[in-house]
Amino acid sequence: MHFQDIKERAISQWETMQNSPTPRILVGMGTCGRAAGGEDIFDTLSREIQDQNIKCDLIQVGCIGLCYAEPLIEVVKPGKPSVFYGNLTPELTAEIVKDYLAGDDPRPDLALGTRGEGTLEGIPKLFDLPVLRSQVRISLRNCGNINPESIDPYIANGGFQGLERALGMKRQEVIDEIKQSGLRGRGGAGFPAGVKWQFCYDAPGDTKYVICNADEGDPGAFMDRSLLEGDPFSVLEGIVIGSYAMGASVAYIYIRAEYPLAIQRLVSAIEQMENYGLLGENIMESGVDIHIKIKEGAGAFVCGEETALMASIEGSRGMPRPRPPFPAQSGLWGKPTNINNVETWSNVPIILQNGADWYAGYGTEKSKGTKNFSLAGKVNRTGLIEVPMGITLREIVYEIGGGIPEGKELKAIQTGGPSGGFIPTNLLDLSVDYESLAEAGSIMGSGGMVIMDEDTCMVDTAKFFLSFTHAESCGKCVPCRCGTKQMLDILEDITNGEGRPGDIELLEELAQSLKNSALCGLGQTAPNPVLTSLEYFRNEYEEHIFKKRCVALHCKNLVSFYILPDKCTGCGKCARKCPVEAIAGGKRMVHVIDQSKCIKCGTCFDVCPSKFSAVVKVSGETVEVPSEPIPVKKKEKAKE
Amino acid sequence: MEQTIDIDWQKIDDIIDRYNSNKEALLMILQDINELYNFVPPECVPIVADKLGVRQSHIYSMATFYKTISLEPRGKYIVNVCTGTACHVRGAERIIEALEDRLNIKPHETTEDGMFTLETVRCLGCCASGPVIMINKDIHGGLDRSSVLNIIDDYKDNAS
Repeated sequence: MHFQDIKERAISQWETMQNSPTPRILVGMGTCGRAAGGEDIFDTLSREIQDQNIKCDLIQVGCIGLCYAEPLIEVVKPGKPSVFYGNLTPELTAEIVKDYLAGDDPRPDLALGTRGEGTLEGIPKLFDLPVLRSQVRISLRNCGNINPESIDPYIANGGFQGLERALGMKRQEVIDEIKQSGLRGRGGAGFPAGVKWQFCYDAPGDTKYVICNADEGDPGAFMDRSLLEGDPFSVLEGIVIGSYAMGASVAYIYIRAEYPLAIQRLVSAIEQMENYGLLGENIMESGVDIHIKIKEGAGAFVCGEETALMASIEGSRGMPRPRPPFPAQSGLWGKPTNINNVETWSNVPIILQNGADWYAGYGTEKSKGTKNFSLAGKVNRTGLIEVPMGITLREIVYEIGGGIPEGKELKAIQTGGPSGGFIPTNLLDLSVDYESLAEAGSIMGSGGMVIMDEDTCMVDTAKFFLSFTHAESCGKCVPCRCGTKQMLDILEDITNGEGRPGDIELLEELAQSLKNSALCGLGQTAPNPVLTSLEYFRNEYEEHIFKKRCVALHCKNLVSFYILPDKCTGCGKCARKCPVEAIAGGKRMVHVIDQSKCIKCGTCFDVCPSKFSAVVKVSGETVEVPSEPIPVKKKEKAKE
Repeated sequence: MEQTIDIDWQKIDDIIDRYNSNKEALLMILQDINELYNFVPPECVPIVADKLGVRQSHIYSMATFYKTISLEPRGKYIVNVCTGTACHVRGAERIIEALEDRLNIKPHETTEDGMFTLETVRCLGCCASGPVIMINKDIHGGLDRSSVLNIIDDYKDNAS
């Protein structure tokens, strides 16, 4: 069947569905939706619809990015805008079926927003909400809108038109189009994608390889998982276009084994593309052959580094090697190879479809287009977002993210994972683009953005990242293997209250030599979290070392718990729950913690009823309390 | 934990045949065996080495490099606690402590009854729902001390 016929059939199917008199419900069933209980909601819907004998189609979709509102559904009734409902429970879902699906009350009290033409009284438009207003969805254009397990809806929404155009162009013209779009590698370093393609294209040799790096390993990043689960076809189409442009007939997707759902969707998508002649032999009858193979990673972070990744595909330990030669000259099995990450590939088809100038219309002078971020940590609206380059961090945290929970203070924004750094609150108006973030000492990274509030200890967080890079260091080069260990030891000392004068200087020295001498990106960037926290939060290091104080009250060895005699009512809850029997007391006696026995687990702090709040947590100070239990003072009741 | 298992050699052969005895596919083969028994029984190593034409030492070097491959028996349920940044700032440490207390094991250990293995994983990519754990292939999010213990109890009840 010709692509033209496939397309026409897909569009007509899509239109039939859009105009169908049968209502339909889209259920968010990405990993995040499932983690929040999406499967229960899906089961409830199937049961209720059957029990009440309602005609309705249930469709599983990927993540629309509003992870904070999962489980999430979208109810589409003919002739009306669709309605999103979030934070569902099986009970609320049953109410929606009864009131809106069977009845005609869209339940504005439960609705998040509407999408499509028309309005419903009392419900805002979804894309007018602060969380979505400033987002631009290019890479995530289909996520949450179409069923990711079926190829037809993707085709009906413009899918493979980019490929169709590319196959009608010369290879060099396709590369020029990507160059002109200004697309830069979204994996972190931001190297211009078109230039990278050109290197591979120009390299001598008949056999070339293209690789999609889906080994998303940065802790705190889930953009690629959501994209692969929500719209696998756009990534695959991008890979096919790139393979054609560079003259590769085999492409690999290297994906983490920890993403089983994404793998399953890719496998199914590849099969469907092959059936339609969009992959395999003679693609779209152009005479071009391209095959895509999936290789699963197995839990080694360093495999995100391109030379390590290729070693892993070749069936060896994923250890990096020095560059040059660069992969474009000598990559997989010594052949010219191009590697781009998932998000970069997903942008390729739409650039070919809409043209380079259209894409370059978004973003800043040097950073074109949009960037996906996974917004996580201490922020009200966590989720997957796509924003135009040049947006400020303030807009991301406060407008899209809705600020910090429980009225706490923002302390820092972490971008770029273990290779990135912390950005303090006085740089909130920083423009989000490759250059500005690098200037601030961090990096764009692949898109992890973790928000930290006043309860986060910066020294501990730097230690967290160092312990990560230390554990993931492959051990090949000495600076990384030993340097991360030494830095980690010093950070352990500091957070344990055993920091010594001179530790900060030593850390800085180690950080510099690691930066200058490690073999690959993992080691070279490992000191970044330490360096940026030292630059912006040096006082926290100094307080830990010289005053033995952790201002965030996080570091266990530096905090103490006390029971305030004027607040304790002698209820005994803390003493019963204390795992080491460090609390002395008795009925109607003020309880006392034996500081020498206390292991600082914080259980007493948690279990003390909030109406008393008698347990306090302090650092770097002592609180005057009785040395042994005394009777609780009788409170005089106010009688008026 | 001492445990002997009967290896179904036909299944091992099938796995290797599925990849046409291609040595490039070694990692995938180890993963498939790992999935079958929740670990790679060391008895399989000489067989795989022979069929693929690689040295046994190469297989050991691969199996010890990649974290998802285990050469020691693991439990029926592998409890992976996410320790990514977002889960870390939201209290992943306390989830691990709770699991250590309840299961009486440390990370990378298996309970005596062979039911649970406790593991940590760098990031499961569900940062928005943190703290998160994955038991075999099922994800549980938005956890605290008591809810994670309830989940473990459910698995225990289902198993008995």
